[in-house]
Amino acid sequence: MFTETVRQAFQAIIRNAMRSFLTILGVIIGVAAVITMVTIGQGSTDQIESDVSKLGTNLLIVRPGAGMGPRSSGRSAPRFTLKDVEAIKEQIPGVIAATPANTSSMTVIYGNENHQATITGVDNDFLIARDWNVALGREFYESELRAGTATCILGETVRKDLFGAGDPVGETIRMEQISCRVIGVLEAKGASSFGQDQDDTVLIPIRTFLRRIAGNQDISSMYVAVEPGYSTEKVQSAIELLLRERRRISSGEEDNFSVMDTKEITSMLTGITAVMTGLLSAVAAVSLLVGGIGIMNIMLVSVTERTREIGIRLAIGATETQVLMQFLVEAVVLSLLGGLIGILLGLGFGYIGSIYMKIPFAPDWTTTFLAFAFSAFIGIVFGYFPARRAARLDPIEALRHE
Amino acid sequence: MTAPGATDAADRQPVISLRGVTRVYGEGEAAVHALRGIDLDIAPGEFVAIMGPSGSGKSTAMNIIGALDTPTAGTYHFSGADVGGFDRHQRSILRRDYLGFVFQGFNLLARTSALDNVELPLIYKGVSRAERRALAKAMLERVGLGRRLDKEPSKLSGGEQQRVAIARAIASEPAVLLADEPTGNLDTARSQEIMELIARLNREEGLTVIMVTHEPDMAEYAGRIVHFKDGLIERDGMNGNPRAPAPETADVH
Ligand SMILES: Nc1ncnc2c1ncn2[C@@H]1O[C@H](COP(=O)(O)OP(=O)(O)OP(=O)(O)O)[C@@H](O)[C@H]1O
Ligand SMILES: [Mg+2]
Repeated sequence: MFTETVRQAFQAIIRNAMRSFLTILGVIIGVAAVITMVTIGQGSTDQIESDVSKLGTNLLIVRPGAGMGPRSSGRSAPRFTLKDVEAIKEQIPGVIAATPANTSSMTVIYGNENHQATITGVDNDFLIARDWNVALGREFYESELRAGTATCILGETVRKDLFGAGDPVGETIRMEQISCRVIGVLEAKGASSFGQDQDDTVLIPIRTFLRRIAGNQDISSMYVAVEPGYSTEKVQSAIELLLRERRRISSGEEDNFSVMDTKEITSMLTGITAVMTGLLSAVAAVSLLVGGIGIMNIMLVSVTERTREIGIRLAIGATETQVLMQFLVEAVVLSLLGGLIGILLGLGFGYIGSIYMKIPFAPDWTTTFLAFAFSAFIGIVFGYFPARRAARLDPIEALRHE
Repeated sequence: MTAPGATDAADRQPVISLRGVTRVYGEGEAAVHALRGIDLDIAPGEFVAIMGPSGSGKSTAMNIIGALDTPTAGTYHFSGADVGGFDRHQRSILRRDYLGFVFQGFNLLARTSALDNVELPLIYKGVSRAERRALAKAMLERVGLGRRLDKEPSKLSGGEQQRVAIARAIASEPAVLLADEPTGNLDTARSQEIMELIARLNREEGLTVIMVTHEPDMAEYAGRIVHFKDGLIERDGMNGNPRAPAPETADVH
C-alpha cells in the first residue's frame, strides 16, 4: 500500500513536471544556500587552521586591546614601544626572538611598474619568528636597523611584479615619498587564509617605518618566538606580567593587550567564520521556510484542481487516511526532491566556491543529512494542511466539482 | 454470488432497506425537499430500474444508497446493518467492499491507463500488486476490453470508457452495483451494449443492480421498475418479462 502511494505521488509529480519544479524551487534554493554556506565555512576554517599551524607552535602574537574580534578594544588601547620589544627579548627567558610588526598598505613603484603591497616595519627577529629565509641578498645590518635607513627586503610577489625575471638587489624602489634600496628577497611562502598572499609584502626597518610612514613611535603588534623546549604558556604569562607592569596596570584591572598563541589565533579567526556561517545559514533557513510555504500553497491549489479526482477516489472506497496519505506523501516526496536537488547544487556551489577562494572543499555530511531530514519535515508540516483538506472533502460535492 | 434469476423479495433479507428516508437541502424558505419519505427494499440479486422526471430525487436516493450522502431523516439498513450509525471511515469501507459505482460521466481518472483505473479500488483494499493486476485484467476482459488495457480514457470511446468504469466497479466483487444513468452519455447502439453487459452481470453472477435511467428501453432489462415523482415513490412494480441479454460475445471493438 505504501509503495503504491509513493509510486502514485511520483506519477502525479511527473505529470506536472514544470509546476512541481517551480513548487520546490524555494526548498532547492534554501537547501542549496545552507549547504553552500556550511561547505565554504568549513573549508575556510580548515584553511585557517592549516595556515596558522604553519606559523609554528612556538609563536606568540602580542597586540594592544583585550583579544580581537568584534568586541576588542584594540583601537583605543595604548600601543607598545620599541622598549617593550627590547624588554621582552632581554628579560624573559625562553624568548629567542621578539620583533615589532607594524603594517601599512602602499603603492610600490619601480620604473613604469607599480604594485600595491603591505609594508611591514620589522627587525631581523621577524625572520626568525616567522621562520622565513632571505632567498636572495641579505638581512638588515644592525646599523641599518639602528639608523632606520631606507633599505628593504621584497616578498616574492612584489619582486615578480616589479622586476619580472630581473635581479632587484641593489635597485631602488619608491614607496610614496620614500626611495628605498632593495637589499634582499624573501623566499616564497604562498597564500594564507582567505587567499591572502603572504609574499605580497615589503619589509623595512621598524625605525624607518616609524619615522617616515607612521610619524610616531607606536608599535602596533609584536611577534615573539619561544625557544623549543620552553613552555609557550609560561612565556606567555611572563610576557603578560611584564607588560602589565610596564603599562602600569593595577591588579584589579584587566589587560589592555593580548598575548595569543597559535591555538588562540585559530579559534579567534575560525570564530569569526563560524559567526558568519551561522548568520548566513539562518538567512538560508528562513528561505527554506518560505519554500515550505510555497509547497503548501501549490498543494492547496492542487487539491482544489483535483477535487473531482478526490471525489472519485472517495466514491470507490478510499478512506480518509488513504487520501490524506496520498497528498501528504506527495508533498513529502516533492520537498525531499527539492532537498536532494538543493544538496547537489549546494555541494556544487561549495566546490566551485572553494576552488575560487583557494580553500579546501570540505562538505559537512551531518549538515547534508540534516538538510535532507529538514526538507522531509517541511514536506510533512506544510503538506499536512492541504492533505487534510483533501481527505475531508465531501464525496458528492467533490464528484460534482468541474 | 451464484443465486440468480427470478427473485422473490419477500422471503429473503433485503440487501438494501430504506424506511421513511427524507433528504432536505438547505434550510427555511430556500429548503428543497429532494426526498419526502421513501420506503424501499431491494433483495439480493434483483435488477431494479429507477425512473422518473428530472428533479424527482433519483440521484439523491442513489447517493444515500451509495453511502455518499446521509438522509435528513429515516433509516437505511445495508444487509441488516444500520448505515445511519456509520462514521466516515465505515462508510468508506462499505463503498469499497460492498458497493460498485457507475456514473453517467464515467468518472475515470484522467491520464491513467484503463488497467490502473480498474486496479484503484483494489489498491485501497490492500490487494497485492500481482493479484491486483491479474484481477483487473480479468475484469477488463470480462467487459470486452482485453486488448485496451494500456489505453488512457482520452483514447477510448464513450462506450469503452463506461466499460472500464463497470470493470472498476465490479473489480472488488461488490454486492450491489449502483449505476446513475450509465447510458446517459451514449448513443443507442453503445447504450444497448452497456445494458447487455450489466444485465449479464445480474443474470450470470447474481450481482444486485440498481440503475437510474430515463429511457424505457433500458429499463426493460430490469426485473423491477420503481417510479419516482417529487421525492416520493409513485409506482413500484415487477417487470414480468425482462429483456434477456444476448449470449456473451467476444471482444467488442
Ligand atoms: N446539493 C444540492 N443542493 C441543493 N439542492 C439539490 C442538491 N442536489 C439536488 N438538489 C435538488 O434536489 C432535487 C432532486 O435532485 P436529484 O438530483 O435527486 O434529481 P434527479 O431525479 O436525479 O434528476 P435528474 O433526472 O435530472 O438527474 C432537485 O430539485 C435538485 O435541484
Ligand atoms: Mg440525477
